[in-house]
Amino acid sequence: MASMANVLGLIFANMHEQCLPELTKARALASVPFGSKYRLIDFPLSGMVNSGITQVGIITKQNYYSLMNHLGMGSEWDLARKTGGLHILPPYGRESAAKMYRGRLEALAGVAEFISESKAEYVVMSDSNVIANMDLRPIVDFHEKNEADITCVYGTATLSEERTAMQTILYVDANNTVYDVLARPSISGEVNVALNVYVMKRKFLEGIIRDSECRSLYSFETDILQHKLHDFKILGYKYDKYFEIIDSMKTYYKATMDMMNRDISREVFSLDTPIYTRVRDVAPAKYGIDCNVKGSVIADGCIIDGIVENSVLFRGVKVKKGAVVKNAIVMQDCVIDEKASFTDAIADKDVTLSKGRSITGSPDFPVYISKGAVV
Amino acid sequence: MNHIKKECVAMLLAGGQGSRLYALTQDMAKPAVPYGGKYRIIDFPLSNCVNSGIDTVGVLTQYQPMVLNEYIGNGQPWGLDRAHGGVHVLPPYETASGKSWYSGTANAIYQNIGFIDRYNPEYVVILSGDHIYKMDYSKMVDFHKTHNADATIAVLEVPWEEAPRFGIMTADADGNITEFAEKPKEPKSNLASMGIYVFSWNKLRKYLIDNENDAEATKDFGKNIIPAMLDNKEKMVAYHFDGYWKDVGTIDSLWEANMDVLDPNVPLDLLDNSWKIYSRNPVMPPHYAGPESKIENSMIAEGCEINGSIDFSILFAGVTVEEGAVIHDSIIMPGTVVKKGAVIEYAIVGEDCVVGEGAHIGERPELVEDKTQWGVAVIGHHVNVSDKAVAPPKAMISKDI
Repeated sequence: MASMANVLGLIFANMHEQCLPELTKARALASVPFGSKYRLIDFPLSGMVNSGITQVGIITKQNYYSLMNHLGMGSEWDLARKTGGLHILPPYGRESAAKMYRGRLEALAGVAEFISESKAEYVVMSDSNVIANMDLRPIVDFHEKNEADITCVYGTATLSEERTAMQTILYVDANNTVYDVLARPSISGEVNVALNVYVMKRKFLEGIIRDSECRSLYSFETDILQHKLHDFKILGYKYDKYFEIIDSMKTYYKATMDMMNRDISREVFSLDTPIYTRVRDVAPAKYGIDCNVKGSVIADGCIIDGIVENSVLFRGVKVKKGAVVKNAIVMQDCVIDEKASFTDAIADKDVTLSKGRSITGSPDFPVYISKGAVV
Repeated sequence: MNHIKKECVAMLLAGGQGSRLYALTQDMAKPAVPYGGKYRIIDFPLSNCVNSGIDTVGVLTQYQPMVLNEYIGNGQPWGLDRAHGGVHVLPPYETASGKSWYSGTANAIYQNIGFIDRYNPEYVVILSGDHIYKMDYSKMVDFHKTHNADATIAVLEVPWEEAPRFGIMTADADGNITEFAEKPKEPKSNLASMGIYVFSWNKLRKYLIDNENDAEATKDFGKNIIPAMLDNKEKMVAYHFDGYWKDVGTIDSLWEANMDVLDPNVPLDLLDNSWKIYSRNPVMPPHYAGPESKIENSMIAEGCEINGSIDFSILFAGVTVEEGAVIHDSIIMPGTVVKKGAVIEYAIVGEDCVVGEGAHIGERPELVEDKTQWGVAVIGHHVNVSDKAVAPPKAMISKDI
């Protein structure tokens, strides 16, 4: 069995941002708030830490201030370490390619030195757009046992055309060999969708980075998974626990509402393999006189004097007397003032909904109110 | 070799048993007792230190130190994991001349003169881990400096009828302390000592050594050091404090101090960002109020899962309340499970307990005819209360029932 101390974790912080343009306007996808106190990166990062990985690099591109602020030195993930630990890798260009990277392979070329200095035997790459509590140990074992060149983690799901058009779809035979790869196809039904988690030997990854650089290749999905399908041993590993890919506002909303399903919530936020996040030292939530809260997830620091139903409240949200919050996501430090009503909607951080105002979306198209807005 | 000089070092006396908390301090020292939904009592003096700019803190432990040691750890939650200074747990130790427990508050500091000397401070702040309050110690140190004092003692005006419970200071018009009486039957003043002292270190150091050499002395600040300094006409001043301050040394006062958190008229704002109270946060998801839950006038911490009815109560992290359970006017400490139909009223339930189905703990005062029989019921830590078991008011349960 591979020792996980010998595995380097790499997380791409900015991939898939085009799927959530509103939420990523002022922040990296990895730092999009999720689930009442988390950020999307907490899921892949905690998964790596819980799997025993002790060195992780975060590959950034733009808008990464809030991400750096969130991660700090990595102490909440126990990654503030003398050797290894957490490294945020800014998108530095090199003389030969002094411009922003176009795809995964160029991004990796930019951090080639970090990868080689890690001395790790294996590399696990992940994006930040999947909600799951993933144990990577069996995946690395699978990769090692089968002597694969690349192991792609996938899940089986029934997806609409609209959704597959944003995903990489894998076709995998009974021997776990990937025999076809479709990038963003328009198909629907039950598919094997890539969860954008890949395992490789470090030496192998370094080889394809160098080779791709010489050939000006930059897309891992197209130039490696598709074009090298028959040259490399590319295997699929089926992840059969809960996952949700965040690829639109709608799926962001759905994945959040899944937290109210207690079985899913207990699995994703398992106390044995917890999801870590940045600590904000605030007092527990306070419930006032005549408030009424049902079927909701509430973070510390909230002050609730109104009605909250089937909603997720982030830290420091105030729901005042007579206000109604229903089927909603309300992010950090928002104020829903007296007698205001907020239904089927998403409020980004620091939104104020003034007295008596009402906002109603629909579950299929939740209304989004941008950061800091006063309605 | 000495460390980089620090102007001020704080020494926090955290070795007390808190014997009047009975079952709650059976396996942890009083400063480690949970308070206010996510804190332990020691979070208040530690956070006050950090917020006051004091970054070097010695925590003197003795009684049941395990929980406290683990909790303080490297001091990271309070920002006290410092390259220079930081928080240090200081247990009693064995020397060439023998074993020596801390025999009194002054002796505890005496035994750590070496620790303090390494930072060569001008001032030492002596604190205890028994009180809930927010206080800027830097203002008190400034007061000490501008008065050229040798010792400054924080005092609080208490109602005259309560004065006999405290150490009482008498001060002249200029604020100089002229007299000190420990729990006087006929108090001459209503200025109670809060157990917070600022000393000029060179002075205190000398008095600690003299006190140690005095075979008669009980090695206590209140009984020996303060009276000795007064006798020698050292400059001692009273520093007036008028904020919220609560001793949580008894079951009733611990219960009340927790309920104060829920009272909007009590000036203890735990949500004030300018004076945060830090604590070691549990790694748990946010709490979940289920479809059958009914929660009012309460404070609920992370990791709780609630399907019962909660009113005027404080639930710490990771408490589960099943369907039909009722919790009124009570404090439930971390990790406890309250099963279906259980009723908890006017009670404190310790950490990691299980309250069985239909069990009944405590009672509303209006339902008890003989008021002398009424009081807050207490279930100690790690206690299993079996289904339908009853713990009457005033009960003190430390073993499974």
